[in-house]
Amino acid sequence: MSTIIDQAADSTSNAHTEAHHGPAKGFSRWLFTTNHKDIGTMYLWFSLTMFMTGGCMALLIRAELFQPGLQFLQPEFFNQMTTMHGLIMVFGAVMPAFVGLANWMIPLMIGAPDMALPRLNNWSFWILPFAFSMMLMTLFMQGGGPNFGWTFYAPLSTTFAPPSVTFFIFAVHMMGISSIMGAINVIVTILNMRAPGMLMMKLPLFVWTWLITAFLLILVMPVLAGVVTMMLMDIHFGTSFFNAAGGGDPVLFQHIFWFFGHPEVYIMILPAFGVISEIIPTFARKKLFGYSSMVYATSSIAFLSFIVWAHHMFTVGMPLMGELFFMFATMLIAVPTGVKVFNWVATMFRGSMTFETPMLFAIAFVVLFSIGGFSGLMLAIAPADFQYHDTYFVVAHFHYVLVPGSVFSIMAGVYYWLPKWTGNYYNEKMGKLHFWMSFIGINVTFFPMHFVGLAGMPRRIPDYALQFADFNAVSSVGAFLFGFSQLIFIYNIVCCICKSNQASDRVWEASHGLEWTVPSPAPYHTFSKPPQVD
Amino acid sequence: MIINLTFFAKNVKYRFVFSPAWILLLGTSNASADWQLNMRQGVTAISRAVYDLHMIIFWICVVIALIVFGVMLYSVIYHRKSRGAKAQNFHENVYVEMAWTAIPIIILIAMAIPATNTLIKIYDTKSADIDIQITGYQWKWRYQYLETGVDFFSSLATPLAQINGDAEKTENYLLEVDNPLVIPVGQKVRFLITANDVIHSWWVPDFAVKKDAIPGFINESWVIAEKPGIYRGQCAELCGKDHGFMPIVVQVKTLADYNTWIIQQQQAQVEKAKSAEKRWNLDELMVLGEQVYNQSCAACHQPSGEGIPGAFPALKGSAIVQGDPAEHINLVFNGKPGTAMQAFKDQLSATEIAAVITYERNAWGDSLGDIISPSQIAKMKQ
Repeated sequence: MSTIIDQAADSTSNAHTEAHHGPAKGFSRWLFTTNHKDIGTMYLWFSLTMFMTGGCMALLIRAELFQPGLQFLQPEFFNQMTTMHGLIMVFGAVMPAFVGLANWMIPLMIGAPDMALPRLNNWSFWILPFAFSMMLMTLFMQGGGPNFGWTFYAPLSTTFAPPSVTFFIFAVHMMGISSIMGAINVIVTILNMRAPGMLMMKLPLFVWTWLITAFLLILVMPVLAGVVTMMLMDIHFGTSFFNAAGGGDPVLFQHIFWFFGHPEVYIMILPAFGVISEIIPTFARKKLFGYSSMVYATSSIAFLSFIVWAHHMFTVGMPLMGELFFMFATMLIAVPTGVKVFNWVATMFRGSMTFETPMLFAIAFVVLFSIGGFSGLMLAIAPADFQYHDTYFVVAHFHYVLVPGSVFSIMAGVYYWLPKWTGNYYNEKMGKLHFWMSFIGINVTFFPMHFVGLAGMPRRIPDYALQFADFNAVSSVGAFLFGFSQLIFIYNIVCCICKSNQASDRVWEASHGLEWTVPSPAPYHTFSKPPQVD
Repeated sequence: MIINLTFFAKNVKYRFVFSPAWILLLGTSNASADWQLNMRQGVTAISRAVYDLHMIIFWICVVIALIVFGVMLYSVIYHRKSRGAKAQNFHENVYVEMAWTAIPIIILIAMAIPATNTLIKIYDTKSADIDIQITGYQWKWRYQYLETGVDFFSSLATPLAQINGDAEKTENYLLEVDNPLVIPVGQKVRFLITANDVIHSWWVPDFAVKKDAIPGFINESWVIAEKPGIYRGQCAELCGKDHGFMPIVVQVKTLADYNTWIIQQQQAQVEKAKSAEKRWNLDELMVLGEQVYNQSCAACHQPSGEGIPGAFPALKGSAIVQGDPAEHINLVFNGKPGTAMQAFKDQLSATEIAAVITYERNAWGDSLGDIISPSQIAKMKQ
């Protein structure tokens, strides 16, 4: 034991001496790095790769749904595509992107030299490529990959699953470990490594929302691990957790899954709230309206997220009192969420606004996320949910909160901080083009889904009745527009890294916060001496 | 307050139809496709109540959206730097913040009251006139009339050729079944919903009934249909490969017609049982067998008998199909627990089971010449 501690102490001092020499050269820089900026960069590239992979799957789905009939995909493969698209976007694209932003920005925002647990940080990241390789590998196995939807309801995902489900379970375990370690790191960093004078109620909102998100992650990822372990037991070790014939209950699966799943939804949106709360004040040149109410609203949303899970299950046959409780609790979420939207609008009101790319994405976020919120409120009404549940109305709802919600906030954040990361301004014209193409693309894709959903089209079907044909064709056209406009995004990022267009240290006229006090690009080591915050 | 959205739907339809670009884009679009925008009102008191709730909450959202986005749009237009707007300094106001917390709470409470009332009505499954057990199977529905003993399966009637694009798609593409559920008008029909394998969900939009069919558990729902007619729905919970291909069709008849139908069904069931006593030759069994196979077996084992590697085993050349008939019969009869292989004992008649086993043993080249006689199966069934 003592040797291990000695070794650890040795390597820390090594790292310390190396600190003065900058990053190592070649691949080992990335493999062994403990630098929060390197790890943040890797997370972001990983996320972008997964975003494009999951996006290609979405385009396959939309190609099949362009017209009624089966043209490109057989139903088995279609189900694998919907499942993989969901899993990859949730666990591979959105979550790692926010962890990447957290890695880059939290130390810079609180005046810390690095994350509190740098080696853990390295490990959190490097688990991910392996987890996702394993998950993608299942597509090439006999019987195909997971085909039971990203919510993997038992017994379709246990008794009736393809053999590759075991690999899927292992991959989920690995992602869970990565997320939990990342979350621990964020919490320890924020609670212990703030610069002198950086009181909790002075933290930038991005840091606050991430702190709350990290607690959600620690509370629910073990629940996900538990539920997949129960699946594993049912499949291989003869238990009957989810098998009624053996005394179990298929609905138990859904309760456990959504006890994880609902907070998970907020894990994907709270950091987005944080990013938007950073960007709007900068481009409105006005302090964020209602800072403390933003903190309390975020905390309330986090608390409520634990008592609303069964609104995903209104049709499973819960007792009346259960339905009523979950209906009321869910409706309540509209209150703190509304407060946040009102605060953003109040921040813009009587500001002095300019509309650079990050601001465009942020404004689109407020409008389109609110539309997703409205359909969420409609879904909360249990009797109406009997008509909406498992239709394209739900698909429209959660894509509105996830794509122009989470994903737009990530893109806004990338454009906002890219000059700080690379030292160069991105091409503003190209950024705006990317924004408008994406904005039009996602609305053309997802808005018609409300209509086909209300008209009665169930989700997760490879073929549909003729009455849904026209709107589906529109959706598919929009999806391809949105998909291909992401190439502009990638091109812009690559150009920004390669082409010199020196950014100032403050980058934006009205930027606020510690991250803008360091040079652009941010040096490999920052805040080795803590700054003083008044 | 509630504006009928179909009015908008019609206008939108014409705009799109007359746009030349659109016709180019959808060169092969189907004539019966339409631009329905909104939920349908349905044909029951409950479905109309649900529709009203939907419209109330929709308009509440629209009003809030107009106010919030209106203020935002105003700021975006007038408070921009290029117009010389100077940023103000305010960044909190207790009264405003209290107001925009309290007002939504009041709106929500107002909304919760009618929603609760409707929910209580939906949950009142007491004193039904007719009980029908609905069982979801991969990928068909079984309807059992508990009082009259009528019992049948209902599966997709759309031919494969239409799905694969080899034939023109007809009006009720993917929404048509061989045997629809028949219920009488004006009677309270209680559905007892369960499943045989995975979770399905029984949904008929015109009744606003959507209830999960869960293996091992029975859920209840009910309907009083007000108008005779044909109402179509689909399975709403992902249930495997052919989830998109297990529609629901409900035929609502007058009480007199319904009673006649029940008697016809009862007679037909007796006839079907009798057919096992007849002596069947190989050709007759093969013809019926192929029919049964394509309806009940081909979804997994494929029309060619080759299965889907890794998911569903091949029958062609398999040990069971070429081996002892008793084992083959046992497998079809009782299924294989823990797999997608269902027990067909109750799903098919004795004649149908005999025919399909005979077919499997003689189709695809591995002709064994075996004849499984319906009377033999009928005896085993007893």
